Amino acid sequence: MGRYILKRFGHGIIVIFGVTVFVFVITRMVGDPVKVMLPLEATIEQRAAFEKQLGLDRPIWVQFIDFMTDMAGLNFGNSLWQHRPAMTIVLEKLPLTLALAFLGIGLAFALSIPLGIIASLKPGGVSDRFTVFISLIGLSIPQFWLGLLLIVVFAVQLRWLPTSGVDSPAHIILPAITMALPALARLVMIVRSSMIDELNRQYVKTCTAKGLPFYRVVGVHALRNASLPVVTLCGWELIRAVAGYSVVVETVFAWPGLGLTAMQAIEREDLILLQAIVFTVALVVVVINIIMDFVYTLIDPRLKLA
Amino acid sequence: MESSAEKIWKITWQERFQRLQNLLLELWRDKAGFIGMMLICALLFMAFAAPLLAPHHPADQDLMARLKPPAWSPNGSWNHIFGTDHLGRDVLSRVIYGSRVSLIVGATVVFAAGVFGTVLGLIAGYFRGRVDSFIMRWIDTQVAFPGLLLALIILAVIGPSLITVILVLSFNGWMVYGRMTRSAVLSVRETAYVEAAEILGCNSRRVIFRHILPNLTSPLLTLAILEFARIVLAEAALSFLGLGIQPPATSWGLDVAAGKDYMFRAWWLVTFPGIAISITVLAINLVASWMRLISDPQEREKQFARQMAALKRKHRRKEGAGA
Repeated sequence: MGRYILKRFGHGIIVIFGVTVFVFVITRMVGDPVKVMLPLEATIEQRAAFEKQLGLDRPIWVQFIDFMTDMAGLNFGNSLWQHRPAMTIVLEKLPLTLALAFLGIGLAFALSIPLGIIASLKPGGVSDRFTVFISLIGLSIPQFWLGLLLIVVFAVQLRWLPTSGVDSPAHIILPAITMALPALARLVMIVRSSMIDELNRQYVKTCTAKGLPFYRVVGVHALRNASLPVVTLCGWELIRAVAGYSVVVETVFAWPGLGLTAMQAIEREDLILLQAIVFTVALVVVVINIIMDFVYTLIDPRLKLA
Repeated sequence: MESSAEKIWKITWQERFQRLQNLLLELWRDKAGFIGMMLICALLFMAFAAPLLAPHHPADQDLMARLKPPAWSPNGSWNHIFGTDHLGRDVLSRVIYGSRVSLIVGATVVFAAGVFGTVLGLIAGYFRGRVDSFIMRWIDTQVAFPGLLLALIILAVIGPSLITVILVLSFNGWMVYGRMTRSAVLSVRETAYVEAAEILGCNSRRVIFRHILPNLTSPLLTLAILEFARIVLAEAALSFLGLGIQPPATSWGLDVAAGKDYMFRAWWLVTFPGIAISITVLAINLVASWMRLISDPQEREKQFARQMAALKRKHRRKEGAGA
């Protein structure tokens, strides 16, 4: 077990290192940060001064070592747009993104299990076909469009919920639903297929034969065995929600989390803030991955040996 | 001598035709898959024949006819069936031309990422050992990257364009193919026919590409179709964010973004491109789920058993009604 944990942490460090190197190569070697960040009319002297300020006039390997030590100390420098440490901004925004992602994916997870189980009880039946069809539609609607649709229906036509911003707890409802629906569609499909597989196993027959009530056979015995792929996908959905979908959903609903801030940083050509966001999100992804590995061993004790 | 040996293996045109017929018959039996395939054919036709089908040029502005509603609403005219946008451009023509971008990006990315991932997966699975563990580490590391955010950094530095979108999406999408190919290769690696090919003295390139790869076609094809759907959605999302296709060109995601500001006055601007994306992705998903059914022998067996059970049930019910 100890070796396993060590291995996962090692992998996490490799991932963070990879992301850092990638960001360095893209921003310093492929692109020209001075060109991106300074306005077109900047003079040569201004450019040189800016280069000096960022340390871009030194050899590339010195820059690299400097960059790595800065990242290791979570020291990204000041945001060019807001003129305060980028890390402070990121730490302000991070809870909002996490709240949205956890609420959305939690909602999807909570709904997917009953829906998937109902569909799996009678494969090919009416409820199964209906669930599969609805999930396919859910998979096919682009998330940003779904968000706009929800705004039009629930915020503009019915006036039940606010359109955008973070002023009250009600503001999180529409973004969370937008975050949840595509994930729900994928999760329902996987709950359904792994439950169908489990319900066809011999031990399910044994459980029924020895007189266990139906809900215990399905809800305890089969569900526990079917839950590993579901939890795996759920972890993936959470990661995708933090590292990808947050940008889209937050932009649609003006939810001021990391995703929206990343878009604003791009608009204002603030590479320093963008770097800080990417680095932080990579850290969050790694942490979620490690937590998921622990959850696996809780669900399936066989994995402890591996 | 070689020619007679080859003759046994060669499939005649007649047999090929027969196989195609069987496949089409099977497609017809799965109604959802059939509808999906029809929609995809219609889309392909739309993309290829866009100049013939579109009533206007997609970028032609008509400032006198701005924000005209669709033809069937009171103020609409049949000149602009789906209405016009804030610059007086014809929405229908833009939707028709938009299919081109989606299909081009989807096809190129699936091809680039698919070839790269498959080749790496073949190498990893066939040679195993150090090469394998290096490639798998690489894949594990890249899978754990925050994909879209890194894409944002690339797009912010290099600048958005069709080419960058394709590069970024390919860079983010090849790992699935690699993983799947590797696990499939590992399972066929020990089979008799691979061993036979090796004993006959085929070099590793021939074994990999002539003997192993053809046996992975159907799972890879299914994966490629599913990935296609994902890429169409990803392109739309990037264009929606303003980091994908740039204005003089058209893209469904871009049109939704432009129409967003007029959403409450002109519902048709976001509605039609959005529906176009949804239908495209739905059609691809329907075909993919049909393909998964027919290419998986286990699924086929299950389906057969289900059909038989349904027949029996029907039979029994009839008997019950008779008695």
